[in-house]
Amino acid sequence: MAIDIPQEVLAKFPCYTPLAAPPDLPPEQQIEMYRKIHLIREFETNVRDLWMANRIYGLAHAYVGAEAIAVGACAALRPDDCITSTHRGHGHTIAKGANTRKMMAELFGKYEGYNRGKGGSMHIADVEHGMLGATGIVGSGMPLAVGAAMAADLLGNGKVAVCFHGDGGTNQGVWHESINMAAAWNLPVVFLIENNQLAIATEIGRVSRETDLYKRAVGYGIPGVLVDGFNPFAVYEAVRDAAKLARAGEGPTLIEARILRLLGHFVADDQWYRNLDAVKPWWRLEPIPRLREHLLRTKLASAEQLDTIEKEAKREIADAVRYASEECTDPPVESLYKDIYAAGEVIV
Amino acid sequence: MTAIEEGISMAVTIEKETKATLAESAPAAKKISVRQALTDAMREEMLRDPTVMIIGCDVGLRGNPFGITKGLMNEFGPKRVRDAPISEASFTGAGLGAAATGLRPIVEILYSDWITLAMDQIVNMTAKIRYMFGGKINVPLVIRAPFGAGGGNAAQHSQSFEAWFNHVPGLKVVAPVTPYDVKGMLKTAIRDDNPVIFFEHKRAYSLEGEVPAGDYTVPFGQAVVRRPGTDVTIVAYSMMSVKAQAAAQQLAAEGIECEVIDLRSLLPLDYDTVLKSLAKTNRVVVVQEANLRGGLAGDIVAEIVDRAFDLLDAPPVRVGGLNVPMPYNMRLEAEVIPNEEKIKKAVRRVMTN
Repeated sequence: MAIDIPQEVLAKFPCYTPLAAPPDLPPEQQIEMYRKIHLIREFETNVRDLWMANRIYGLAHAYVGAEAIAVGACAALRPDDCITSTHRGHGHTIAKGANTRKMMAELFGKYEGYNRGKGGSMHIADVEHGMLGATGIVGSGMPLAVGAAMAADLLGNGKVAVCFHGDGGTNQGVWHESINMAAAWNLPVVFLIENNQLAIATEIGRVSRETDLYKRAVGYGIPGVLVDGFNPFAVYEAVRDAAKLARAGEGPTLIEARILRLLGHFVADDQWYRNLDAVKPWWRLEPIPRLREHLLRTKLASAEQLDTIEKEAKREIADAVRYASEECTDPPVESLYKDIYAAGEVIV
Repeated sequence: MTAIEEGISMAVTIEKETKATLAESAPAAKKISVRQALTDAMREEMLRDPTVMIIGCDVGLRGNPFGITKGLMNEFGPKRVRDAPISEASFTGAGLGAAATGLRPIVEILYSDWITLAMDQIVNMTAKIRYMFGGKINVPLVIRAPFGAGGGNAAQHSQSFEAWFNHVPGLKVVAPVTPYDVKGMLKTAIRDDNPVIFFEHKRAYSLEGEVPAGDYTVPFGQAVVRRPGTDVTIVAYSMMSVKAQAAAQQLAAEGIECEVIDLRSLLPLDYDTVLKSLAKTNRVVVVQEANLRGGLAGDIVAEIVDRAFDLLDAPPVRVGGLNVPMPYNMRLEAEVIPNEEKIKKAVRRVMTN
């Protein structure tokens, strides 16, 4: 029996789709999705606690509730495909295969972190795994993804770039420019809107007349697809199909993975501007219980297996926090001028 | 015939005409224009390295309004010479994305005035992405930005923004003006793994000069003394270095011997050459074409004062454009742009202080 979704939510979430495993997604991968979603959830809830306890600082934006998008999408990609991200990048980074210890070290500002302590949460990057970095400028990952696709096109290496961005980013000028250009040139890029319907405190309907964002695709002559962003299989299928088109030289697809932002914009956001009572029933759409229910119902895993996965995710993140806070070191002052330019060049 | 086919057949005709010139410029030393130097540098690098590509408005079919990329699309194909839509932010950022994933793109901002549309991608992404990512990403990106005033092109087609980019850690900024420097430094820029803003002067395209045979590069961070002198150091770059040399020639008749330095490279800037000259002359005039307030000359003077106040016998003098948007009327325009008279006036001022 699938998770019961309240009628009031379904009325506002017409793209809801019950979980149905795609035939090309083997059981191990479905279970792996469950593990990755848990890993992200654990990472993010820890980040929130750490930030509130002043153990990490700056800005941190949690991916809680959105895990199905990153995990579903990355499951449809090859290891050498690349992705671009947003300010809410931890989920993308973990989904693409990053090491959670090095991620946590980065959030702690440590030298052993992915960015040598120079980037923090908002610029977390795992370039080796094709994660071209989180960025705090809304929409700025769009041209980056188009460029990566342009390189793949010229080099003929069959790679695809997936551009994660939010509903807020769809109103940036570069959004239009990037999609138009990529479509005109049939570049192998997938534009994936993570529509959580809120840009900090601004609900999308207040700043865009057409809130079915995927419909904009018509204007660029490309396919536009709307999926239940809480459903990892739905996201997987959409990205799988889009990547196939892209690799075949047929250009980009615009995918709108719709969710609702379940927590605040940043980890300490009390969301005074929102009716939080109205948000409560939307938690029934979130991916963890739905995927768990699916795996149990289809007998792909036992309750014990799934509990073990959950415990292991908790253990891994706890270890990452311990590693970052106890084993890692602050970047030396001498590293201030390093890596501004290539090959150790320093211009003071 | 489709529009594309027509365009390519046009390009073939143009290419046949320019092929003779292109073939000549590589093997033997000869006198060429700045325009030719740019074309040759890009073509030679594109032949040498299959990852070099060009993107910008009208770079392909039209070959750039000044003819700088003429024939290149026909020779290298439309994927290596891409005609972009009018989307500076997006195609500059795409240049970054391509640079980060294995190509060596040259982005052309047709007139540097419109670099404003790409500022976020240049300043917040390109310049700092390597640093933000702890060194894990490579950015071999060249942004060619034709700048400079003259010809009545008015306020939005005449500006010089090198001061803005001097202010952004992570970029390199160069402004060569002779064919020798333009060719050598564009090659250096293309081979550099860092983002380079390459300011070429729109009015210098017809300037001619000798370039050697074969492959050569000119390094960044090295100024050149165009004219030795003992009385005053004139620090200039781009078109102003040309005007400074003319002014120096005229001042020699008044008994003032100016040492004219062409910086060529703005970031990194060769202060060693400047200070070496100052040790001889003890007086300095810094010339920029950009309007005076907030320009690079101010930064250079501040650095000179910081590093070598004791060498100065007089306060440094700056020459720059008037702090006005560039007017259309050419007589008004001539008032705004620094000329030889204004440079001479500044030299006399620093001599009498």
